[in-house]
Amino acid sequence: MFTRHRAVILKLCSAIFMFGAWEIAGRIPVSFAFPTFFESLAAFWVLIMDGSMFRAYAETLKPLVIGVLISGFFGIAIGLWIGLNRAFDWLVSPIFVVMQTAPLAALIPLLVMAYGIGLTSKVFVVCIMAMPVIVLNTAGAVRNTSVSLIEMGKAFLGTRRDIILKIILPSASPVIFAGLRLGVSAGFIGAILAELKITPTGVGDIISYSRSIADYPSMYAAIASIIVLAVLFLNLLERLEGFLFKGNRKTLVSD
Amino acid sequence: MNTTITENAVAVRNVYKNYGDVEALRDLSLDFPKGQLTSLLGPSGCGKTTLLKIIAGLLPANSGEVLVNGQPVSGPGPDRAFVFQDFALMPWASTIRNVAFGLELRGVAKSEREAVAEKYIAAVGLKGFENSYPHELSGGMRQRVGLARALSVNAEVLLMDEPFSAVDEQTRRKFQEDLLGLVQNENKTFLFVTHSIEEAVYVSDQVAILLPRPSRVSEIIRPQGFRNKDVDSIRRDPEYLDLVDKIWASLRSYVE
Repeated sequence: MFTRHRAVILKLCSAIFMFGAWEIAGRIPVSFAFPTFFESLAAFWVLIMDGSMFRAYAETLKPLVIGVLISGFFGIAIGLWIGLNRAFDWLVSPIFVVMQTAPLAALIPLLVMAYGIGLTSKVFVVCIMAMPVIVLNTAGAVRNTSVSLIEMGKAFLGTRRDIILKIILPSASPVIFAGLRLGVSAGFIGAILAELKITPTGVGDIISYSRSIADYPSMYAAIASIIVLAVLFLNLLERLEGFLFKGNRKTLVSD
Repeated sequence: MNTTITENAVAVRNVYKNYGDVEALRDLSLDFPKGQLTSLLGPSGCGKTTLLKIIAGLLPANSGEVLVNGQPVSGPGPDRAFVFQDFALMPWASTIRNVAFGLELRGVAKSEREAVAEKYIAAVGLKGFENSYPHELSGGMRQRVGLARALSVNAEVLLMDEPFSAVDEQTRRKFQEDLLGLVQNENKTFLFVTHSIEEAVYVSDQVAILLPRPSRVSEIIRPQGFRNKDVDSIRRDPEYLDLVDKIWASLRSYVE
Protein backbone atom coordinates (compact mmCIF):
# COMPACT_ATOMS: atom_id res chain seq x y z
CA MET A 1 0.00 0.00 0.00
CA PHE A 2 2.68 2.44 1.11
CA THR A 3 4.87 1.79 -1.90
CA ARG A 4 1.93 2.33 -4.22
CA HIS A 5 1.17 5.69 -2.64
CA ARG A 6 4.80 6.59 -2.73
CA ALA A 7 4.97 5.92 -6.47
CA VAL A 8 1.99 8.20 -7.10
CA ILE A 9 3.37 10.93 -4.82
CA LEU A 10 6.80 10.81 -6.46
CA LYS A 11 5.26 10.99 -9.92
CA LEU A 12 3.16 13.97 -8.88
CA CYS A 13 6.30 15.62 -7.48
CA SER A 14 8.07 15.02 -10.77
CA ALA A 15 5.17 16.60 -12.71
CA ILE A 16 4.99 19.60 -10.33
CA PHE A 17 8.73 20.08 -10.63
CA MET A 18 8.62 20.03 -14.42
CA PHE A 19 5.59 22.30 -14.76
CA GLY A 20 7.06 24.60 -12.08
CA ALA A 21 10.27 24.90 -14.07
CA TRP A 22 8.19 25.61 -17.18
CA GLU A 23 6.19 28.30 -15.36
CA ILE A 24 9.35 29.97 -14.03
CA ALA A 25 11.10 29.80 -17.42
CA GLY A 26 8.03 31.37 -19.00
CA ARG A 27 7.91 34.16 -16.43
CA ILE A 28 11.61 35.13 -16.68
CA PRO A 29 11.00 34.92 -19.77
CA VAL A 30 13.65 32.84 -21.56
CA SER A 31 12.15 34.03 -24.86
CA PHE A 32 9.12 36.12 -25.76
CA ALA A 33 8.05 33.08 -27.81
CA PHE A 34 7.98 30.85 -24.72
CA PRO A 35 4.69 31.10 -22.79
CA THR A 36 4.20 30.16 -19.15
CA PHE A 37 2.66 26.86 -18.12
CA PHE A 38 -0.61 28.48 -17.04
CA GLU A 39 -0.95 30.50 -20.25
CA SER A 40 -0.52 27.28 -22.21
CA LEU A 41 -3.03 25.50 -19.96
CA ALA A 42 -5.56 28.28 -20.59
CA ALA A 43 -4.94 28.05 -24.34
CA PHE A 44 -5.39 24.29 -24.11
CA TRP A 45 -8.74 24.79 -22.40
CA VAL A 46 -9.87 27.15 -25.15
CA LEU A 47 -8.84 24.67 -27.84
CA ILE A 48 -10.79 21.94 -26.04
CA MET A 49 -13.88 24.07 -25.55
CA ASP A 50 -14.19 25.28 -29.12
CA GLY A 51 -13.68 21.71 -30.35
CA SER A 52 -10.67 22.46 -32.53
CA MET A 53 -8.46 20.09 -30.51
CA PHE A 54 -10.83 17.19 -31.15
CA ARG A 55 -11.10 17.96 -34.85
CA ALA A 56 -7.31 18.16 -35.00
CA TYR A 57 -6.85 14.77 -33.34
CA ALA A 58 -9.46 13.15 -35.56
CA GLU A 59 -7.16 14.17 -38.41
CA THR A 60 -3.78 13.39 -36.78
CA LEU A 61 -4.79 10.02 -35.36
CA LYS A 62 -5.60 8.62 -38.82
CA PRO A 63 -2.01 8.29 -40.13
CA LEU A 64 -0.78 7.65 -36.60
CA VAL A 65 -3.08 4.72 -35.84
CA ILE A 66 -2.76 3.18 -39.31
CA GLY A 67 1.03 3.61 -39.27
CA VAL A 68 1.46 2.22 -35.76
CA LEU A 69 -0.77 -0.77 -36.49
CA ILE A 70 1.11 -1.57 -39.71
CA SER A 71 4.48 -1.11 -37.98
CA GLY A 72 3.45 -3.22 -34.99
CA PHE A 73 2.05 -6.10 -37.02
CA PHE A 74 4.59 -6.25 -39.84
CA GLY A 75 7.42 -5.10 -37.58
CA ILE A 76 6.98 -8.06 -35.24
CA ALA A 77 6.40 -10.49 -38.11
CA ILE A 78 9.49 -9.37 -40.04
CA GLY A 79 11.54 -9.22 -36.84
CA LEU A 80 10.51 -12.77 -35.99
CA TRP A 81 11.50 -13.97 -39.42
CA ILE A 82 14.86 -12.18 -39.26
CA GLY A 83 15.50 -13.66 -35.83
CA LEU A 84 14.74 -17.19 -37.00
CA ASN A 85 16.51 -17.16 -40.34
CA ARG A 86 20.15 -16.14 -40.82
CA ALA A 87 19.88 -15.66 -44.60
CA PHE A 88 16.79 -13.46 -44.27
CA ASP A 89 18.63 -11.53 -41.56
CA TRP A 90 21.49 -10.66 -43.93
CA LEU A 91 19.05 -9.84 -46.70
CA VAL A 92 16.64 -7.61 -44.82
CA SER A 93 18.29 -6.19 -41.69
CA PRO A 94 20.36 -3.59 -43.59
CA ILE A 95 17.15 -2.02 -44.94
CA PHE A 96 15.92 -1.35 -41.43
CA VAL A 97 19.27 -0.11 -40.22
CA VAL A 98 19.24 2.37 -43.13
CA MET A 99 15.65 3.33 -42.32
CA GLN A 100 16.55 3.92 -38.71
CA THR A 101 19.53 6.13 -39.42
CA ALA A 102 18.23 8.01 -42.48
CA PRO A 103 17.55 11.74 -41.99
CA LEU A 104 13.81 11.41 -42.47
CA ALA A 105 12.98 15.12 -42.78
CA ALA A 106 15.23 15.31 -45.82
CA LEU A 107 13.52 12.32 -47.43
CA ILE A 108 9.99 13.60 -47.02
CA PRO A 109 9.98 15.56 -50.32
CA LEU A 110 10.88 12.31 -52.07
CA LEU A 111 7.93 10.53 -50.44
CA VAL A 112 5.62 13.38 -51.43
CA MET A 113 6.76 13.13 -55.03
CA ALA A 114 6.11 9.41 -55.04
CA TYR A 115 2.90 9.21 -53.03
CA GLY A 116 1.44 12.72 -53.09
CA ILE A 117 0.46 14.86 -50.16
CA GLY A 118 -2.31 12.65 -48.84
CA LEU A 119 -2.68 10.07 -46.14
CA THR A 120 -0.32 7.55 -47.83
CA SER A 121 2.75 9.72 -47.43
CA LYS A 122 1.93 10.45 -43.80
CA VAL A 123 1.42 6.79 -43.03
CA PHE A 124 4.80 6.15 -44.66
CA VAL A 125 6.49 8.71 -42.44
CA VAL A 126 4.97 7.12 -39.33
CA CYS A 127 6.07 3.66 -40.49
CA ILE A 128 9.61 4.76 -41.32
CA MET A 129 9.88 6.22 -37.84
CA ALA A 130 8.22 3.38 -35.96
CA MET A 131 9.10 0.19 -37.79
CA PRO A 132 12.92 -0.15 -37.64
CA VAL A 133 13.19 -0.23 -33.87
CA ILE A 134 10.31 -2.71 -33.62
CA VAL A 135 11.87 -4.98 -36.27
CA LEU A 136 15.40 -4.82 -34.88
CA ASN A 137 14.33 -5.31 -31.26
CA THR A 138 12.12 -8.25 -32.15
CA ALA A 139 14.87 -9.87 -34.22
CA GLY A 140 17.44 -9.45 -31.47
CA ALA A 141 15.12 -10.84 -28.82
CA VAL A 142 14.12 -13.83 -30.94
CA ARG A 143 17.76 -14.62 -31.69
CA ASN A 144 18.63 -14.47 -27.99
CA THR A 145 15.98 -16.94 -26.87
CA SER A 146 17.48 -19.22 -24.23
CA VAL A 147 18.92 -22.30 -25.94
CA SER A 148 17.86 -24.52 -23.08
CA LEU A 149 14.22 -23.37 -23.32
CA ILE A 150 14.20 -24.30 -27.00
CA GLU A 151 15.82 -27.67 -26.18
CA MET A 152 13.16 -28.14 -23.52
CA GLY A 153 10.46 -27.54 -26.13
CA LYS A 154 12.06 -30.11 -28.44
CA ALA A 155 12.65 -32.65 -25.68
CA PHE A 156 8.96 -32.48 -24.73
CA LEU A 157 7.96 -33.03 -28.36
CA GLY A 158 6.99 -29.49 -29.33
CA THR A 159 6.56 -28.86 -33.06
CA ARG A 160 8.39 -25.97 -34.70
CA ARG A 161 5.14 -23.98 -34.51
CA ASP A 162 4.70 -24.78 -30.78
CA ILE A 163 8.25 -23.68 -30.09
CA ILE A 164 7.81 -20.37 -31.92
CA LEU A 165 4.39 -19.54 -30.45
CA LYS A 166 4.76 -20.94 -26.96
CA ILE A 167 8.44 -20.40 -26.23
CA ILE A 168 10.22 -17.97 -28.57
CA LEU A 169 7.55 -15.26 -28.76
CA PRO A 170 6.68 -15.15 -25.04
CA SER A 171 10.34 -15.21 -24.07
CA ALA A 172 11.09 -12.37 -26.52
CA SER A 173 8.05 -10.38 -25.43
CA PRO A 174 9.75 -8.04 -22.91
CA VAL A 175 12.19 -6.82 -25.56
CA ILE A 176 9.48 -6.82 -28.25
CA PHE A 177 7.35 -4.62 -26.00
CA ALA A 178 10.31 -2.36 -25.31
CA GLY A 179 10.69 -2.03 -29.09
CA LEU A 180 6.96 -1.35 -29.47
CA ARG A 181 7.15 1.42 -26.87
CA LEU A 182 10.11 3.04 -28.64
CA GLY A 183 8.46 2.50 -32.02
CA VAL A 184 5.18 4.04 -30.92
CA SER A 185 6.90 7.11 -29.48
CA ALA A 186 8.82 7.47 -32.73
CA GLY A 187 5.51 7.05 -34.57
CA PHE A 188 4.03 10.01 -32.65
CA ILE A 189 7.02 12.11 -33.68
CA GLY A 190 6.57 10.90 -37.26
CA ALA A 191 2.87 11.80 -37.32
CA ILE A 192 3.56 15.39 -36.23
CA LEU A 193 6.58 15.64 -38.51
CA ALA A 194 4.41 14.55 -41.45
CA GLU A 195 1.83 17.21 -40.64
CA LEU A 196 4.48 19.90 -40.35
CA LYS A 197 6.39 18.86 -43.47
CA ILE A 198 3.77 17.55 -45.90
CA THR A 199 0.43 19.31 -45.46
CA PRO A 200 -0.61 21.15 -42.32
CA THR A 201 -3.53 19.18 -40.93
CA GLY A 202 -4.60 18.19 -37.45
CA VAL A 203 -2.32 18.94 -34.54
CA GLY A 204 0.49 19.90 -36.90
CA ASP A 205 -1.84 22.57 -38.31
CA ILE A 206 -2.52 24.01 -34.84
CA ILE A 207 1.23 24.10 -34.19
CA SER A 208 2.21 25.80 -37.45
CA TYR A 209 -0.85 28.11 -37.58
CA SER A 210 -0.45 29.37 -34.00
CA ARG A 211 3.23 29.90 -34.59
CA SER A 212 2.52 31.96 -37.70
CA ILE A 213 0.17 34.27 -35.78
CA ALA A 214 2.48 34.32 -32.72
CA ASP A 215 -0.14 32.57 -30.55
CA TYR A 216 2.56 30.71 -28.66
CA PRO A 217 0.38 29.45 -25.78
CA SER A 218 -1.80 27.53 -28.29
CA MET A 219 1.28 26.20 -30.03
CA TYR A 220 2.72 24.83 -26.80
CA ALA A 221 -0.68 23.51 -25.74
CA ALA A 222 -0.79 21.47 -28.95
CA ILE A 223 2.78 20.21 -28.47
CA ALA A 224 2.12 19.27 -24.86
CA SER A 225 -1.13 17.52 -25.75
CA ILE A 226 0.64 15.14 -28.12
CA ILE A 227 3.23 14.33 -25.45
CA VAL A 228 0.46 13.61 -22.92
CA LEU A 229 -1.32 11.37 -25.40
CA ALA A 230 1.90 9.49 -26.17
CA VAL A 231 2.59 8.93 -22.46
CA LEU A 232 -0.95 7.67 -21.87
CA PHE A 233 -0.67 5.29 -24.80
CA LEU A 234 2.70 3.97 -23.64
CA ASN A 235 1.24 3.24 -20.21
CA LEU A 236 -1.61 1.39 -21.85
CA LEU A 237 0.92 -0.72 -23.75
CA GLU A 238 2.80 -1.48 -20.56
CA ARG A 239 -0.40 -2.63 -18.87
CA LEU A 240 -1.19 -4.85 -21.83
CA GLU A 241 2.24 -6.46 -21.49
CA GLY A 242 1.78 -6.93 -17.75
CA PHE A 243 -1.58 -8.56 -18.42
CA LEU A 244 -0.35 -10.86 -21.19
CA PHE A 245 2.90 -12.06 -19.62
CA LYS A 246 2.49 -11.85 -15.89
CA GLY A 247 5.56 -13.81 -14.84
CA ASN A 248 7.86 -11.80 -17.10
CA ARG A 249 7.02 -8.76 -14.99
CA LYS A 250 9.49 -8.97 -12.17
CA THR A 251 8.73 -5.53 -10.78
CA LEU A 252 5.42 -3.73 -10.60
CA VAL A 253 4.13 -2.14 -13.76
CA SER A 254 4.43 1.59 -13.34
CA ASP A 255 1.28 3.63 -13.71
CA MET B 1 21.24 -65.67 -23.32
CA ASN B 2 19.22 -62.89 -24.84
CA THR B 3 17.76 -61.49 -21.61
CA THR B 4 20.49 -58.89 -21.16
CA ILE B 5 19.25 -57.07 -24.25
CA THR B 6 15.63 -56.91 -23.20
CA GLU B 7 16.56 -55.79 -19.71
CA ASN B 8 18.23 -52.69 -21.04
CA ALA B 9 15.96 -49.66 -21.26
CA VAL B 10 18.61 -47.78 -23.20
CA ALA B 11 21.57 -49.13 -25.15
CA VAL B 12 24.26 -47.00 -26.73
CA ARG B 13 26.12 -48.75 -29.55
CA ASN B 14 29.44 -47.50 -30.98
CA VAL B 15 28.51 -43.85 -30.91
CA TYR B 16 30.86 -41.27 -32.41
CA LYS B 17 30.35 -37.53 -32.09
CA ASN B 18 32.54 -34.74 -33.41
CA TYR B 19 32.20 -31.00 -33.01
CA GLY B 20 34.14 -29.83 -36.03
CA ASP B 21 37.64 -31.19 -35.48
CA VAL B 22 37.06 -31.92 -31.82
CA GLU B 23 36.28 -35.53 -31.09
CA ALA B 24 33.70 -35.51 -28.29
CA LEU B 25 32.79 -39.20 -28.24
CA ARG B 26 34.70 -42.11 -29.79
CA ASP B 27 33.18 -45.54 -30.21
CA LEU B 28 31.17 -45.30 -27.03
CA SER B 29 28.97 -48.23 -26.01
CA LEU B 30 27.02 -48.45 -22.80
CA ASP B 31 23.95 -50.25 -21.42
CA PHE B 32 21.39 -48.77 -19.07
CA PRO B 33 19.44 -51.49 -17.24
CA LYS B 34 15.71 -51.04 -16.90
CA GLY B 35 14.35 -49.71 -13.61
CA GLN B 36 17.77 -48.67 -12.38
CA LEU B 37 19.68 -45.46 -11.99
CA THR B 38 22.88 -45.17 -13.98
CA SER B 39 25.20 -42.23 -13.44
CA LEU B 40 27.51 -40.81 -16.04
CA LEU B 41 30.41 -39.51 -14.03
CA GLY B 42 33.51 -37.77 -15.24
CA PRO B 43 35.54 -34.60 -15.30
CA SER B 44 34.23 -31.62 -17.25
CA GLY B 45 34.70 -31.95 -21.00
CA CYS B 46 34.37 -35.72 -21.01
CA GLY B 47 31.20 -35.58 -23.11
CA LYS B 48 28.71 -36.83 -20.54
CA THR B 49 26.16 -34.14 -21.33
CA THR B 50 26.76 -34.69 -25.05
CA LEU B 51 25.98 -38.38 -24.58
CA LEU B 52 22.82 -37.59 -22.62
CA LYS B 53 21.63 -35.20 -25.33
CA ILE B 54 22.28 -37.78 -28.03
CA ILE B 55 20.17 -40.26 -26.07
CA ALA B 56 17.50 -37.58 -25.69
CA GLY B 57 17.51 -37.10 -29.46
CA LEU B 58 18.47 -33.44 -29.08
CA LEU B 59 21.84 -33.97 -30.80
CA PRO B 60 22.55 -36.28 -33.73
CA ALA B 61 25.43 -38.73 -33.42
CA ASN B 62 27.93 -38.88 -36.29
CA SER B 63 27.68 -42.64 -36.30
CA GLY B 64 26.54 -45.51 -34.15
CA GLU B 65 23.07 -45.88 -32.69
CA VAL B 66 21.04 -45.45 -29.55
CA LEU B 67 18.29 -47.95 -28.77
CA VAL B 68 15.46 -47.18 -26.38
CA ASN B 69 13.51 -50.35 -25.60
CA GLY B 70 15.13 -51.86 -28.67
CA GLN B 71 13.96 -49.07 -30.99
CA PRO B 72 16.60 -46.83 -32.59
CA VAL B 73 16.40 -43.15 -31.60
CA SER B 74 16.02 -40.57 -34.37
CA GLY B 75 14.80 -37.63 -32.27
CA PRO B 76 13.03 -36.81 -29.03
CA GLY B 77 10.28 -39.27 -28.15
CA PRO B 78 7.48 -39.84 -25.65
CA ASP B 79 9.53 -42.61 -24.00
CA ARG B 80 12.09 -40.11 -22.65
CA ALA B 81 11.79 -37.00 -20.47
CA PHE B 82 14.55 -34.53 -19.71
CA VAL B 83 15.48 -32.67 -16.53
CA PHE B 84 17.68 -29.66 -17.26
CA GLN B 85 20.66 -28.38 -15.34
CA ASP B 86 19.37 -24.78 -15.51
CA PHE B 87 15.76 -25.98 -14.93
CA ALA B 88 14.55 -24.53 -18.30
CA LEU B 89 11.34 -23.17 -16.81
CA MET B 90 9.31 -20.61 -18.71
CA PRO B 91 9.44 -17.46 -16.57
CA TRP B 92 6.08 -16.21 -17.89
CA ALA B 93 4.28 -19.41 -16.91
CA SER B 94 2.99 -20.44 -13.49
CA THR B 95 4.15 -23.65 -11.80
CA ILE B 96 1.12 -25.56 -12.98
CA ARG B 97 1.53 -24.45 -16.61
CA ASN B 98 5.25 -25.29 -16.50
CA VAL B 99 4.59 -28.75 -15.07
CA ALA B 100 1.75 -29.39 -17.52
CA PHE B 101 3.75 -28.05 -20.48
CA GLY B 102 4.94 -31.46 -21.69
CA LEU B 103 1.33 -32.63 -21.80
CA GLU B 104 0.22 -29.34 -23.36
CA LEU B 105 2.64 -29.96 -26.24
CA ARG B 106 1.17 -33.44 -26.63
CA GLY B 107 -2.29 -31.93 -27.02
CA VAL B 108 -3.77 -33.18 -23.74
CA ALA B 109 -6.90 -31.19 -22.75
CA LYS B 110 -6.39 -28.46 -20.18
CA SER B 111 -8.44 -29.91 -17.31
CA GLU B 112 -6.89 -33.33 -17.78
CA ARG B 113 -3.28 -32.14 -17.94
CA GLU B 114 -3.75 -29.84 -14.95
CA ALA B 115 -5.10 -32.71 -12.89
CA VAL B 116 -1.96 -34.72 -13.72
CA ALA B 117 0.25 -31.69 -13.03
CA GLU B 118 -1.40 -31.09 -9.65
CA LYS B 119 -0.69 -34.67 -8.66
CA TYR B 120 3.01 -34.38 -9.46
CA ILE B 121 3.32 -30.90 -7.95
CA ALA B 122 2.10 -32.45 -4.71
CA ALA B 123 4.42 -35.44 -5.19
CA VAL B 124 7.52 -33.24 -5.37
CA GLY B 125 6.36 -31.25 -2.33
CA LEU B 126 5.22 -28.03 -4.00
CA LYS B 127 1.54 -28.12 -3.04
CA GLY B 128 0.33 -24.54 -2.60
CA PHE B 129 2.75 -23.14 -5.18
CA GLU B 130 0.67 -24.07 -8.25
CA ASN B 131 0.11 -20.45 -9.22
CA SER B 132 3.56 -19.10 -8.33
CA TYR B 133 5.90 -17.96 -11.04
CA PRO B 134 9.49 -19.28 -11.28
CA HIS B 135 11.01 -16.01 -10.02
CA GLU B 136 9.01 -16.41 -6.84
CA LEU B 137 10.54 -19.84 -6.14
CA SER B 138 13.95 -20.77 -4.73
CA GLY B 139 16.49 -22.68 -6.85
CA GLY B 140 15.61 -25.98 -5.23
CA MET B 141 11.90 -25.43 -5.75
CA ARG B 142 12.48 -24.55 -9.40
CA GLN B 143 14.23 -27.85 -9.96
CA ARG B 144 11.30 -29.61 -8.26
CA VAL B 145 9.10 -27.98 -10.90
CA GLY B 146 11.48 -29.29 -13.60
CA LEU B 147 11.30 -32.76 -12.07
CA ALA B 148 7.49 -32.66 -11.82
CA ARG B 149 7.31 -31.67 -15.51
CA ALA B 150 9.47 -34.66 -16.47
CA LEU B 151 7.44 -37.04 -14.29
CA SER B 152 4.06 -35.81 -15.53
CA VAL B 153 4.64 -36.98 -19.11
CA ASN B 154 5.07 -40.49 -17.69
CA ALA B 155 8.09 -41.44 -19.80
CA GLU B 156 9.87 -44.70 -19.03
CA VAL B 157 13.29 -43.09 -19.14
CA LEU B 158 14.27 -39.99 -17.19
CA LEU B 159 17.33 -38.13 -18.46
CA MET B 160 18.80 -35.87 -15.82
CA ASP B 161 21.56 -33.46 -16.78
CA GLU B 162 23.37 -32.42 -13.59
CA PRO B 163 19.99 -31.67 -12.09
CA PHE B 164 21.25 -30.78 -8.62
CA SER B 165 24.37 -28.83 -9.51
CA ALA B 166 22.64 -25.44 -9.37
CA VAL B 167 21.04 -25.91 -5.94
CA ASP B 168 22.59 -25.43 -2.53
CA GLU B 169 24.25 -28.26 -0.60
CA GLN B 170 21.45 -28.95 1.90
CA THR B 171 18.81 -28.97 -0.81
CA ARG B 172 21.01 -31.25 -2.91
CA ARG B 173 21.23 -33.82 -0.09
CA LYS B 174 17.47 -33.77 0.31
CA PHE B 175 17.10 -34.19 -3.46
CA GLN B 176 19.46 -37.16 -3.46
CA GLU B 177 17.45 -38.87 -0.73
CA ASP B 178 14.20 -38.14 -2.56
CA LEU B 179 15.70 -39.48 -5.78
CA LEU B 180 16.41 -42.85 -4.12
CA GLY B 181 12.73 -43.04 -3.16
CA LEU B 182 11.74 -42.11 -6.70
CA VAL B 183 13.88 -44.86 -8.25
CA GLN B 184 12.31 -47.43 -5.92
CA ASN B 185 8.71 -46.33 -6.35
CA GLU B 186 8.38 -45.04 -9.91
CA ASN B 187 9.69 -48.07 -11.80
CA LYS B 188 11.44 -45.86 -14.33
CA THR B 189 14.95 -45.92 -15.73
CA PHE B 190 17.09 -42.98 -14.68
CA LEU B 191 20.13 -41.63 -16.53
CA PHE B 192 21.92 -39.20 -14.33
CA VAL B 193 24.81 -36.95 -15.32
CA THR B 194 26.92 -35.63 -12.49
CA HIS B 195 30.42 -34.43 -11.74
CA SER B 196 30.14 -35.24 -8.05
CA ILE B 197 31.68 -38.58 -7.08
CA GLU B 198 29.80 -38.72 -3.77
CA GLU B 199 26.51 -37.98 -5.49
CA ALA B 200 27.09 -40.63 -8.15
CA VAL B 201 27.95 -43.34 -5.62
CA TYR B 202 25.12 -42.30 -3.29
CA VAL B 203 22.27 -42.46 -5.82
CA SER B 204 23.38 -44.99 -8.43
CA ASP B 205 22.79 -48.64 -9.09
CA GLN B 206 25.53 -48.35 -11.68
CA VAL B 207 28.21 -45.69 -12.15
CA ALA B 208 29.77 -45.32 -15.60
CA ILE B 209 33.04 -43.45 -15.38
CA LEU B 210 33.79 -41.47 -18.52
CA LEU B 211 37.23 -40.22 -19.36
CA PRO B 212 37.95 -37.35 -21.74
CA ARG B 213 39.91 -36.81 -24.94
CA PRO B 214 38.37 -38.72 -26.55
CA SER B 215 35.50 -39.65 -24.35
CA ARG B 216 35.13 -43.31 -23.50
CA VAL B 217 33.75 -45.46 -20.73
CA SER B 218 36.72 -46.38 -18.59
CA GLU B 219 34.96 -48.36 -15.91
CA ILE B 220 31.53 -49.43 -14.70
CA ILE B 221 31.04 -49.71 -10.98
CA ARG B 222 28.02 -51.32 -9.35
CA PRO B 223 27.65 -50.59 -5.66
CA GLN B 224 26.38 -53.79 -4.01
CA GLY B 225 26.08 -53.69 -0.26
CA PHE B 226 24.36 -50.46 0.66
CA ARG B 227 21.76 -50.02 -2.06
CA ASN B 228 18.95 -51.36 0.10
CA LYS B 229 20.07 -49.65 3.26
CA ASP B 230 18.42 -46.73 4.95
CA VAL B 231 19.19 -43.36 3.29
CA ASP B 232 20.78 -42.09 6.51
CA SER B 233 23.35 -44.85 6.86
CA ILE B 234 24.65 -44.93 3.26
CA ARG B 235 27.12 -42.12 3.79
CA ARG B 236 28.71 -44.06 6.69
CA ASP B 237 28.85 -47.38 4.86
CA PRO B 238 32.44 -48.63 4.36
CA GLU B 239 31.70 -49.71 0.77
CA TYR B 240 30.36 -46.23 -0.06
CA LEU B 241 33.52 -44.61 1.34
CA ASP B 242 35.81 -47.08 -0.45
CA LEU B 243 34.09 -46.54 -3.78
CA VAL B 244 34.33 -42.75 -3.49
CA ASP B 245 38.06 -43.09 -2.77
CA LYS B 246 38.61 -45.56 -5.57
CA ILE B 247 36.85 -43.42 -8.17
CA TRP B 248 38.76 -40.34 -7.08
CA ALA B 249 42.02 -42.25 -7.41
CA SER B 250 41.22 -43.13 -11.02
CA LEU B 251 39.95 -39.66 -11.94
CA ARG B 252 42.49 -37.43 -10.23
CA SER B 253 45.09 -37.67 -13.00
CA TYR B 254 42.55 -36.21 -15.45
CA VAL B 255 41.84 -33.10 -13.41
CA GLU B 256 44.04 -30.14 -14.24
